[in-house]
Amino acid sequence: MYDINRAENAVTQTDIKISARKVQVYYGEKHALKDVDVDIQDKTVTAFIGPSGCGKSTFLRCINRMNDTIPIARVEGQILLDGEDVYDRRVDPVQLRAKVGMVFQKPNPFPKSIYDNVAYGPRIHGLSRNRAELDAIVEKALRGAALWNEVKDRLHEPGTGLSGGQQQRLCIARAVATSPEVLLMDEPCSALDPIATAQVEELIEELRSQFSVVIVTHSMQQAARVSQKTAFFHLGSLVEYGDTDDIFTKPQDSRTEAYISGRIG
Amino acid sequence: MPLSWAVFASFLLAAAGYVIGRSRAFATAGPDVRKLHSRPTYHGYSVALTALLPPLAVLAVASILRMAGVLSDSAGPVAGLVALAAAVAGLAWGVMRVGQQFQARNAVERMVLGLLMLCSLIAIVTTAGIVLSLVFETGRFFQLYDWKTFFFGTEWTPRFQGNSQLGIVPLLWGTLYISFIALLVSVPIGLFAAIYMSEYATRRVRSIAKPAIEVLAGIPTIVYGLFALITVGPLLRDYFAQPLGLGNSGSSVLTAGLVMGVMLIPFVSSLSDDIINAVPQSLRDGALGLGSTPSETVRQVVLPAALPGIVGAVLLAASRAIGETMIVVLGAGASAQMSLNPLEAMTTITVKIVSQLTGDSDFNSPETLVAFALGLTLFVITLGLNVVALYIVRKYREQYE
Repeated sequence: MYDINRAENAVTQTDIKISARKVQVYYGEKHALKDVDVDIQDKTVTAFIGPSGCGKSTFLRCINRMNDTIPIARVEGQILLDGEDVYDRRVDPVQLRAKVGMVFQKPNPFPKSIYDNVAYGPRIHGLSRNRAELDAIVEKALRGAALWNEVKDRLHEPGTGLSGGQQQRLCIARAVATSPEVLLMDEPCSALDPIATAQVEELIEELRSQFSVVIVTHSMQQAARVSQKTAFFHLGSLVEYGDTDDIFTKPQDSRTEAYISGRIG
Repeated sequence: MPLSWAVFASFLLAAAGYVIGRSRAFATAGPDVRKLHSRPTYHGYSVALTALLPPLAVLAVASILRMAGVLSDSAGPVAGLVALAAAVAGLAWGVMRVGQQFQARNAVERMVLGLLMLCSLIAIVTTAGIVLSLVFETGRFFQLYDWKTFFFGTEWTPRFQGNSQLGIVPLLWGTLYISFIALLVSVPIGLFAAIYMSEYATRRVRSIAKPAIEVLAGIPTIVYGLFALITVGPLLRDYFAQPLGLGNSGSSVLTAGLVMGVMLIPFVSSLSDDIINAVPQSLRDGALGLGSTPSETVRQVVLPAALPGIVGAVLLAASRAIGETMIVVLGAGASAQMSLNPLEAMTTITVKIVSQLTGDSDFNSPETLVAFALGLTLFVITLGLNVVALYIVRKYREQYE
């Protein structure tokens, strides 16, 4: 708890983008996530680390209510996005997901052209008035995902024909194109080779200037490389949260220390 | 000695062979069973198979020869005796082979492989035989009747005293018209039901509704036909055809088409359901994660991804509609005519095959032989549809594997 307080004190209140209080998640009878309190800052990369099944992806999926698609999942507690509870009855999860973009573990381009993949979000949310504007959004998103130079000559070829790393950057471009306020990434590099991973990590660093990025990762090196804040989850609880440098150099909790030194997980 | 006795005796010998082979294997092994290459059970199987396969082969050859007319009917008992001799010889040979070095396990494996290949061969050869007989009889028909009149004639008036008009066009028109209406009913309903089942329904609803829909598939088509004849036909006549002045017929294209459409709903829905479920969940998550509503996800991501498979399902349904007989007989009537009015009675190729072959038929006149030409035409149409459908479905599968 000490770290959370310190994190709150370190930034001004307006910088906090997402604020979670007492979040509980149940999958049927199983209590998957217990009492998670966390404040995620704007224009920051926050990494969630922890062993498999510790609840980090579960918590990530609470933020944009993707857990709604799992019939047996039940969420309690409060998650405020800009001070507004995302689980409030008046909040439309569809609208919420337009503001909180998500990139998944496995690249999942739609079976459409590269252009249509990126234009998907802007089209359903009506973000452009004409073709020229849409073209501009697509180009900006693809440039933002460092993919433009590789695909500009074949925008109308299927997105599924790209390599794994390119597909994942296409999915990031697709998420960026709806101009979200938060980007959630669920182990975005786990299906990629080291070169593609390095490209995506570089991209994450650039994206931070526009919005806050929350990334779940299995790789502690990756967390150390890309994030400014790190949260360590263990057995469904948030054990420790703080500056990435502090977590990796002087962890407060013995479990965190055991995990980062490779003794558990 | 009747043939059935020979078969029965061969099976008895095979069973005995199993016991003998097994015990002999134990005997040759001595105290240490591990000296045997194969376990005693395999020796037993090997002896049983060597005792059983030769008599069965002899009997099969004898039946073929008798059908071909080489052997007379009175040769039956002789064949039985030969088969029995083959069984005894096989048994003796099998028992002699038992020994420490004999690779009974591999021998059994080869015989099993042969058996499996034989079964596939039977399926293929039978199909080829049916097609050949169709082609042969159709050839005879075209010797008696001009093929141009058959394929392009618009009159269907068979007369058993000769001088018939046997044009396929009105029958083809009826077939396609009824199938078209059936697809018009079954494809949207089946597809939307499949979308509800796979994308919206909770697990509980799905576990009740899916079997309930599939009950429809278990109803015999003759029962659908009765339904068409007694309920749907009169209903359409009394409330649509007569008030609108479009006809007086109780049987009509629309009746048969509607009822056939209902019959095809479970077919379309269960095939599409499988295909929609095969679309990876990650695509749905991707679309939902970008802020699509469920229906936008279905329309813009799931259906385009499943489209080739759905087209395949529709084509398979179409080939069933084209081959359907009972519903048409009872629902659409038997008058071969061409009209655009869906409330008039028409008929299909299958119905006319039945009516040409019932009654006195000596398979010499074009009036009866035409049935084979009709059958072959139907076969070519449905085969074409199936090939296209399977090609599309396979192509779709490759995309996600």
